[in-house]
Amino acid sequence: MNEVVVACAIGVLTASGVWLLLRPRTFQVAIGLSLLSYAVNLFIFAMGRLRIGAAPIVAAAGTPDPAAFADPLPQALVLTAIVIGFATTALLLVVLLAARGLTGTDHVDGREPE
Amino acid sequence: MILSEHLVIVPIVLPLVAGAVTLMIDETRLAAKAAISVVLTAALVAAAAALVVLVDATGTHVYRLGDWPAPFGIVLVADRLSAAMALLASALGFACLVFALARWQREGPRFHALVHFLLMGVNGAFLTGDLFNLFVFFEVLLAASYGLALHASGALRVRASLHYIVVNLVASLLFLIGASLMYAATGTLNLADLASRAAMIGSHERVLVESAAAILGIAFLTKAGMWPLCFWLPSTYSASSAPAAALFGILTKVGVYVVLRLWLLLFAPGSGASAGFGATWLVTGGMATIAFGTLGVIASQNLPRLASYSILVSSGILLAVVATGDPAVTGAALYYLIASTLAGGALFLLIELVDRGRAPGADVLAVTAEAFAAGSGSVEADDETGAAIPAAVALLGVSFVACALMLAGLPPLAGFVGKFALLDALFRAPTVSGASWTMLVLLLVSGFAVVIGMGRAGVRRFWASPDTAVPRVRVIEMVPVAFLLALCAAITVEAAPVMRYLGEAAAMLHAPRSYVESVLSR
Repeated sequence: MNEVVVACAIGVLTASGVWLLLRPRTFQVAIGLSLLSYAVNLFIFAMGRLRIGAAPIVAAAGTPDPAAFADPLPQALVLTAIVIGFATTALLLVVLLAARGLTGTDHVDGREPE
Repeated sequence: MILSEHLVIVPIVLPLVAGAVTLMIDETRLAAKAAISVVLTAALVAAAAALVVLVDATGTHVYRLGDWPAPFGIVLVADRLSAAMALLASALGFACLVFALARWQREGPRFHALVHFLLMGVNGAFLTGDLFNLFVFFEVLLAASYGLALHASGALRVRASLHYIVVNLVASLLFLIGASLMYAATGTLNLADLASRAAMIGSHERVLVESAAAILGIAFLTKAGMWPLCFWLPSTYSASSAPAAALFGILTKVGVYVVLRLWLLLFAPGSGASAGFGATWLVTGGMATIAFGTLGVIASQNLPRLASYSILVSSGILLAVVATGDPAVTGAALYYLIASTLAGGALFLLIELVDRGRAPGADVLAVTAEAFAAGSGSVEADDETGAAIPAAVALLGVSFVACALMLAGLPPLAGFVGKFALLDALFRAPTVSGASWTMLVLLLVSGFAVVIGMGRAGVRRFWASPDTAVPRVRVIEMVPVAFLLALCAAITVEAAPVMRYLGEAAAMLHAPRSYVESVLSR
């Protein structure tokens, strides 16, 4: 059940993201990319297998059973991906504002279709 | 040797330090910035050259970050190929930086820092031995390249950069999906560990590994500019400022390098059930890229677009021959890669000098220029430093011819040696397939197209252009072009040792066993 919910969430986010990405306005493209990066972050997280109530940190004492712990690596990857995605989205916003100012339109091609 | 141990990380740390230092110096103190940049980039070239010598003498060097053992920690791996690529990137970066000193560094803020961070990302991508670390270095070089593409601003650059940024953000997301899928299927991100596990993976996970590789492939081939993922490339490269465009030539080669490295690690012939996965796609895609680039070279109305399409042609040639799985072909392809990168960089720098003083918009009518010959000459405002070169036109003309010879693959320069070695290796193989003949035709036709395109442009620029003021060329702008062309001449004259080195690099690529062992053994 858990898996179905996460899979549906990723699917809906990806579908919305791709649809927005193919729209002609720069702001729609930026939002589409954000949605896509949410979907990708969830996807990376899910690639470490979904576990409920399992800590990613192994206790120091004794030989731990790996099956009782969540995989910490995808969580670290997601953190990196979030930071990088955040920075590049901010950069994209600056560029699309500059494009709006320089071309006078928010169309991705810099001119309105005839 | 403690020093040689740490030499592996120097090509990454040095540009990082240089970028950080130049970022902190105020924009008004350009002379100090320039001095620091030039000294540190020269040191970077020296360090990369030392790494090449070291790796050639003592074999693959593995650098464990934080001294964690290989599959758990991140490793940097310097083998012959990555050391040579780092040297190529550093030399190209040095030339572009020196070129920018005359004029372009003043056109926008923080040019020096961006160049250094780009070099850091490129060198990191060449040296890393970890899939996710590769993603991080990709983002570093992409973030810097966004800034460089926007350098000197203007509506055209901002519009082209917008497309460039969106395309590459999507490619980065695909990279992430591919990398995490690869982790889910194999439980590792270390390239050597991946290679050793790829051979003995169950049929259930095999589907996942192959899908992951295909998704990663789309991300890398977008960077490498394979048709039909390459439509962003000509408009971005031709809109960028000259030193940025010349530097971008190495970015497509990063894509080619990663495809070469990953494909041969995971799917080299004889690596289990998935061997040769995607080879047909690489060959047909590469050939389609050559054809597309060839048409573009002939159809281009201005020189920057022509240069961009010639970069596509060289990308296509490399992608098409990489998948043949023959070490001799790969060795020749690596030689061609180096030659075409140097010549492409020199051409982008040269174009700016040649086109200087032409009336803006003159190219729009280039194909029908004869009918509109009565143009108006425009003389640039003179705000540059350094001595002007007498007889600039003759010098520019000679350099232009050298670039044309290199890119078209005509004797006597390295472009010819590269293409000849490529064809020789293709037809020396035990089985000469139909693909080899197609490749022969495409290589010759694309070379012919470059001759036509550059010949037409050259005649118009140097012999029959009434609307061109004589360009004022500074010594400091001509030196980088001469430097890159001298490197081309050097690899032509010293073709035997260079070929020997690259042949050994290719042989190692095709025998991933030794790569895996040197990473995982300690």
